Amino acid sequence: MIIPIDLIILVLIIVSAIAAITVPDLLSSAVILGAYSFLLCLLWTVMGAVDVAFTEATVGAGVSTVFCVAAIFHTSRRTKD
Amino acid sequence: MEQMLSFIAAKANYWTYVILLMVGLYAMIVKNNLVKKIVGMVIFQTAIILFYVSMGYKQGGTIPIVMHDEAHHGATSAAIKAIDYINPLPHVLMLTAIVVGVATLGVALSLAMKIYQEYGSLEEDEINEKLRNI
Repeated sequence: MIIPIDLIILVLIIVSAIAAITVPDLLSSAVILGAYSFLLCLLWTVMGAVDVAFTEATVGAGVSTVFCVAAIFHTSRRTKD
Repeated sequence: MEQMLSFIAAKANYWTYVILLMVGLYAMIVKNNLVKKIVGMVIFQTAIILFYVSMGYKQGGTIPIVMHDEAHHGATSAAIKAIDYINPLPHVLMLTAIVVGVATLGVALSLAMKIYQEYGSLEEDEINEKLRNI
Protein backbone atom coordinates (compact mmCIF):
# COMPACT_ATOMS: atom_id res chain seq x y z
CA MET A 1 0.00 0.00 0.00
CA ILE A 2 1.44 3.35 -1.06
CA ILE A 3 0.32 6.35 0.99
CA PRO A 4 0.10 9.58 -1.08
CA ILE A 5 2.42 12.36 0.05
CA ASP A 6 -0.39 14.88 0.54
CA LEU A 7 -2.10 12.62 3.11
CA ILE A 8 1.16 12.39 5.09
CA ILE A 9 1.57 16.19 4.96
CA LEU A 10 -2.05 16.74 6.07
CA VAL A 11 -1.59 14.45 9.10
CA LEU A 12 1.66 16.25 10.01
CA ILE A 13 -0.14 19.62 9.69
CA ILE A 14 -2.87 18.56 12.13
CA VAL A 15 -0.28 17.17 14.58
CA SER A 16 1.81 20.36 14.49
CA ALA A 17 -1.28 22.60 14.86
CA ILE A 18 -2.37 20.72 17.98
CA ALA A 19 1.21 20.74 19.31
CA ALA A 20 1.52 24.50 18.78
CA ILE A 21 -1.45 25.25 21.05
CA THR A 22 -0.74 22.64 23.75
CA VAL A 23 3.02 22.99 24.34
CA PRO A 24 3.65 24.70 27.72
CA ASP A 25 6.33 27.13 26.48
CA LEU A 26 5.68 30.13 24.22
CA LEU A 27 9.04 29.98 22.39
CA SER A 28 8.45 26.32 21.49
CA SER A 29 4.97 27.31 20.37
CA ALA A 30 6.40 29.95 18.01
CA VAL A 31 8.93 27.51 16.53
CA ILE A 32 6.27 24.79 16.04
CA LEU A 33 4.11 27.42 14.31
CA GLY A 34 7.01 28.06 11.93
CA ALA A 35 7.25 24.33 11.20
CA TYR A 36 3.47 24.31 10.62
CA SER A 37 3.84 27.11 8.05
CA PHE A 38 6.61 25.24 6.21
CA LEU A 39 4.43 22.10 6.09
CA LEU A 40 1.62 24.22 4.61
CA CYS A 41 4.15 25.54 2.05
CA LEU A 42 4.92 21.92 1.07
CA LEU A 43 1.18 21.24 0.74
CA TRP A 44 0.67 24.23 -1.56
CA THR A 45 3.54 22.99 -3.76
CA VAL A 46 1.98 19.51 -3.97
CA MET A 47 -1.39 21.05 -4.85
CA GLY A 48 0.12 23.16 -7.67
CA ALA A 49 -0.27 26.58 -6.02
CA VAL A 50 3.39 27.58 -6.38
CA ASP A 51 2.82 31.33 -5.95
CA VAL A 52 1.00 30.74 -2.67
CA ALA A 53 3.86 28.43 -1.63
CA PHE A 54 6.48 31.17 -2.23
CA THR A 55 4.49 33.68 -0.22
CA GLU A 56 3.82 31.22 2.59
CA ALA A 57 7.52 30.31 2.86
CA THR A 58 8.79 33.89 2.97
CA VAL A 59 6.01 35.83 4.67
CA GLY A 60 4.09 33.14 6.57
CA ALA A 61 6.96 31.03 7.87
CA GLY A 62 9.81 33.55 7.88
CA VAL A 63 8.42 36.92 8.92
CA SER A 64 5.70 35.71 11.29
CA THR A 65 8.14 33.46 13.18
CA VAL A 66 10.50 36.44 13.59
CA PHE A 67 7.55 38.55 14.84
CA CYS A 68 6.55 35.89 17.38
CA VAL A 69 10.11 35.36 18.65
CA ALA A 70 10.65 39.14 18.95
CA ALA A 71 7.37 39.60 20.85
CA ILE A 72 8.19 36.71 23.22
CA PHE A 73 11.70 38.12 23.71
CA HIS A 74 10.18 41.42 24.86
CA THR A 75 7.59 39.78 27.13
CA SER A 76 7.78 36.43 28.95
CA ARG A 77 8.09 32.79 27.93
CA ARG A 78 6.09 31.31 30.75
CA THR A 79 2.47 30.27 30.30
CA LYS A 80 -0.04 28.36 32.36
CA ASP A 81 -1.62 26.43 29.50
CA MET B 1 -13.69 0.03 7.20
CA GLU B 2 -11.88 0.09 3.87
CA GLN B 3 -14.78 2.03 2.34
CA MET B 4 -14.80 4.52 5.19
CA LEU B 5 -11.05 5.12 4.87
CA SER B 6 -11.32 5.77 1.14
CA PHE B 7 -14.30 8.06 1.79
CA ILE B 8 -12.22 10.12 4.21
CA ALA B 9 -9.13 10.09 1.98
CA ALA B 10 -11.12 11.31 -1.04
CA LYS B 11 -11.94 14.61 0.70
CA ALA B 12 -8.88 14.73 2.99
CA ASN B 13 -8.25 18.43 2.37
CA TYR B 14 -11.72 19.40 3.54
CA TRP B 15 -11.54 17.18 6.64
CA THR B 16 -8.22 18.82 7.51
CA TYR B 17 -9.80 22.24 6.92
CA VAL B 18 -12.61 21.50 9.39
CA ILE B 19 -10.21 20.10 12.03
CA LEU B 20 -7.82 23.06 11.75
CA LEU B 21 -10.73 25.52 11.92
CA MET B 22 -11.95 23.91 15.14
CA VAL B 23 -8.43 23.76 16.63
CA GLY B 24 -7.97 27.49 15.96
CA LEU B 25 -11.42 28.38 17.35
CA TYR B 26 -10.77 26.28 20.46
CA ALA B 27 -7.42 28.02 21.06
CA MET B 28 -8.98 31.47 20.60
CA ILE B 29 -11.81 30.77 23.07
CA VAL B 30 -10.35 28.47 25.73
CA LYS B 31 -6.65 29.38 26.05
CA ASN B 32 -5.71 31.76 28.83
CA ASN B 33 -2.48 33.17 27.39
CA LEU B 34 -2.71 36.02 24.87
CA VAL B 35 0.07 34.68 22.60
CA LYS B 36 -1.67 31.27 22.53
CA LYS B 37 -4.85 33.03 21.41
CA ILE B 38 -2.91 34.75 18.62
CA VAL B 39 -1.41 31.38 17.55
CA GLY B 40 -4.98 30.05 17.38
CA MET B 41 -5.93 33.00 15.16
CA VAL B 42 -3.06 32.21 12.76
CA ILE B 43 -4.18 28.55 12.56
CA PHE B 44 -7.75 29.71 11.86
CA GLN B 45 -6.61 31.96 9.00
CA THR B 46 -4.46 29.26 7.38
CA ALA B 47 -7.38 26.81 7.60
CA ILE B 48 -9.49 29.20 5.50
CA ILE B 49 -6.60 29.56 3.01
CA LEU B 50 -6.47 25.74 2.80
CA PHE B 51 -10.21 25.67 2.01
CA TYR B 52 -9.88 28.18 -0.84
CA VAL B 53 -6.82 26.52 -2.42
CA SER B 54 -8.58 23.13 -2.21
CA MET B 55 -11.55 24.60 -4.12
CA GLY B 56 -9.30 25.53 -7.03
CA TYR B 57 -7.53 22.16 -7.15
CA LYS B 58 -8.08 19.81 -10.09
CA GLN B 59 -7.14 16.12 -10.18
CA GLY B 60 -4.47 15.71 -12.87
CA GLY B 61 -4.27 19.42 -13.64
CA THR B 62 -0.95 21.20 -14.14
CA ILE B 63 0.25 24.44 -12.55
CA PRO B 64 -1.39 27.55 -14.05
CA ILE B 65 1.55 28.75 -16.19
CA VAL B 66 1.11 28.84 -19.97
CA MET B 67 4.16 27.64 -21.89
CA HIS B 68 5.92 30.35 -23.92
CA ASP B 69 5.60 28.44 -27.18
CA GLU B 70 1.89 27.83 -26.68
CA ALA B 71 1.23 31.46 -25.78
CA HIS B 72 3.05 32.77 -28.83
CA HIS B 73 1.23 30.65 -31.39
CA GLY B 74 -1.84 30.14 -29.27
CA ALA B 75 -4.36 31.58 -31.64
CA THR B 76 -3.07 29.79 -34.73
CA SER B 77 -1.65 26.36 -33.84
CA ALA B 78 -2.82 24.80 -30.59
CA ALA B 79 -5.61 26.34 -28.54
CA ILE B 80 -4.97 26.60 -24.80
CA LYS B 81 -7.29 24.28 -22.94
CA ALA B 82 -8.33 25.86 -19.65
CA ILE B 83 -9.51 22.47 -18.37
CA ASP B 84 -5.88 21.27 -18.12
CA TYR B 85 -4.85 23.98 -15.67
CA ILE B 86 -5.55 24.35 -11.94
CA ASN B 87 -7.83 27.34 -11.31
CA PRO B 88 -5.50 30.25 -10.37
CA LEU B 89 -8.19 32.67 -9.14
CA PRO B 90 -8.38 31.32 -5.52
CA HIS B 91 -4.55 31.35 -5.39
CA VAL B 92 -4.43 35.05 -6.20
CA LEU B 93 -7.08 35.83 -3.59
CA MET B 94 -5.18 33.82 -0.98
CA LEU B 95 -1.89 35.63 -1.70
CA THR B 96 -3.60 38.76 -0.38
CA ALA B 97 -5.01 36.81 2.57
CA ILE B 98 -1.56 35.58 3.64
CA VAL B 99 -0.11 39.10 3.62
CA VAL B 100 -3.14 40.47 5.50
CA GLY B 101 -2.76 37.62 8.01
CA VAL B 102 0.85 38.58 8.76
CA ALA B 103 -0.16 42.24 9.18
CA THR B 104 -2.91 41.16 11.62
CA LEU B 105 -0.38 39.03 13.50
CA GLY B 106 2.00 41.98 13.84
CA VAL B 107 -0.73 44.30 15.17
CA ALA B 108 -1.99 41.64 17.61
CA LEU B 109 1.51 40.90 18.95
CA SER B 110 2.29 44.61 19.38
CA LEU B 111 -0.98 45.05 21.34
CA ALA B 112 -0.02 42.05 23.50
CA MET B 113 3.38 43.67 24.16
CA LYS B 114 1.73 46.93 25.24
CA ILE B 115 -0.61 44.99 27.54
CA TYR B 116 2.41 43.23 29.04
CA GLN B 117 4.15 46.56 29.68
CA GLU B 118 1.03 47.93 31.35
CA TYR B 119 -0.04 44.95 33.46
CA GLY B 120 3.13 42.81 33.69
CA SER B 121 1.43 39.63 32.50
CA LEU B 122 0.15 37.88 29.40
CA GLU B 123 -2.37 35.70 31.25
CA GLU B 124 -5.96 36.82 30.80
CA ASP B 125 -7.11 36.01 34.35
CA GLU B 126 -4.22 37.96 35.93
CA ILE B 127 -4.98 40.97 33.70
CA ASN B 128 -8.65 40.79 34.68
CA GLU B 129 -7.66 40.59 38.36
CA LYS B 130 -5.55 43.76 38.03
CA LEU B 131 -8.32 45.54 36.13
CA ARG B 132 -10.77 44.71 38.91
CA ASN B 133 -8.47 46.12 41.59
CA ILE B 134 -8.05 49.53 39.93
